[in-house]
Amino acid sequence: MERKEWPLWEVFIRSRNGLDHKHCGSVHAPDAGIALQSARDVYTRRQEGVSIWVVRADQIHASDPDAKPEMFDPADDKIYRHPTFYKLPDEVDHM
Amino acid sequence: MYTQAIDVPTDQPQDAKRAPAAVVDNPAYQEEFDAKLARGEFIEAKDWMPEGYRKTLIRQISQHAHSEIVGMLPEGNWITRAPTLKRKSILLAKVQDEGGHGLYLYAAAETLGVSRDELVEALHAGKAKYSSIFNYPTLTWADIGVIGWLVDGAAIMNQIPLCRCSYGPYARAMVRVCKEESFHQRQGFDLLLALMRGSREQRDMVQDATNRWWWPVLMMFGPHDSHSEHGEQSAKWGIKRISNDELRQKFIDAAVPQARVLGVTLPDAKLMWNEARGHYDYGEIDWTEFRNVINGHGPCNRERLAARVKAWEDGAWVRQAALAYARKQELKGNAA
Repeated sequence: MERKEWPLWEVFIRSRNGLDHKHCGSVHAPDAGIALQSARDVYTRRQEGVSIWVVRADQIHASDPDAKPEMFDPADDKIYRHPTFYKLPDEVDHM
Repeated sequence: MYTQAIDVPTDQPQDAKRAPAAVVDNPAYQEEFDAKLARGEFIEAKDWMPEGYRKTLIRQISQHAHSEIVGMLPEGNWITRAPTLKRKSILLAKVQDEGGHGLYLYAAAETLGVSRDELVEALHAGKAKYSSIFNYPTLTWADIGVIGWLVDGAAIMNQIPLCRCSYGPYARAMVRVCKEESFHQRQGFDLLLALMRGSREQRDMVQDATNRWWWPVLMMFGPHDSHSEHGEQSAKWGIKRISNDELRQKFIDAAVPQARVLGVTLPDAKLMWNEARGHYDYGEIDWTEFRNVINGHGPCNRERLAARVKAWEDGAWVRQAALAYARKQELKGNAA
């Protein structure tokens, strides 16, 4: 019995206009057309989507979880990026 | 739809002395992993995890997926014989959902570094298990209602705590499943209500189906806690949040008043409210039957597996043709 797997695609769905496409899982499909159909069948049976993106899984590049400190720590000590860092007179504090 | 602690009960209770020591692959990573679990945080696909954690999840998630797909068969059996168009549409939608649930779960299992082909191979070779409940036959239309009421009811009990399991992709799949599961139980109960308001023959059919499914449903929750092989480690890893016995008790406590509303008797003479415990007492489960069924000797095991293997083999030409067509289109595109 030959087993030749269909490639893996990651699925992103926008549930309604105004919202982002969100990752919701994956499907196996031989091409984009069938990937979109499958994604529709599997992930939107109850009107959960108005738009579907499918991306071949091998086209997705992810940050290295081991490199989390190098990637994300630099943001930790830049508190001047936050509005609360700035003390203003009461009359203008609504800014 | 259905998962259970599909560990076969051991002959003796497990205790700490017999449990194998955890293999610590990397002390620094292990420490971070343990700290995450202690903080109630999620583990995601590319995070470091102990091999045992990965293997247990692959086993549990894939067996859950297999259960959904195999679970399409006993109900699929009645699609062509549903009594009305409304019931047929509902049953089609339910069985379609089960297919979808299986796919969510295969997708979650694959994030752990196992391929779909490997998972299907394990099922077809009889190496992977699926929920014992699907090895029973659907003999009458009332069975379809009882499956919705009791089998899906039991599945919901199991699946709600899993929405908070430590592995992100599995937890998220469970959230999606639980949203859809409620309709499964409600349509089953609705179906039975219609039968119970019908003829004497229809009421007897419901009682007969209840008699046949009740005990196998209780077995869905797995062996008693004291005899559960994987329970303790799974609890430490944040995979199993509530024990087998606790879930089974919750289910029974919920089912008794539901049976009363329907007007059916649950086939257990020992079923009795215990004021001191605040729960229903119930009779002894026949664990020999459970062991036989989970090990391949239930009424429908061979039939279920044969149906799955046939579907896979019969569909091979479609999978190959689709791949060949996609490659051809790609080449055409490149040549243009």
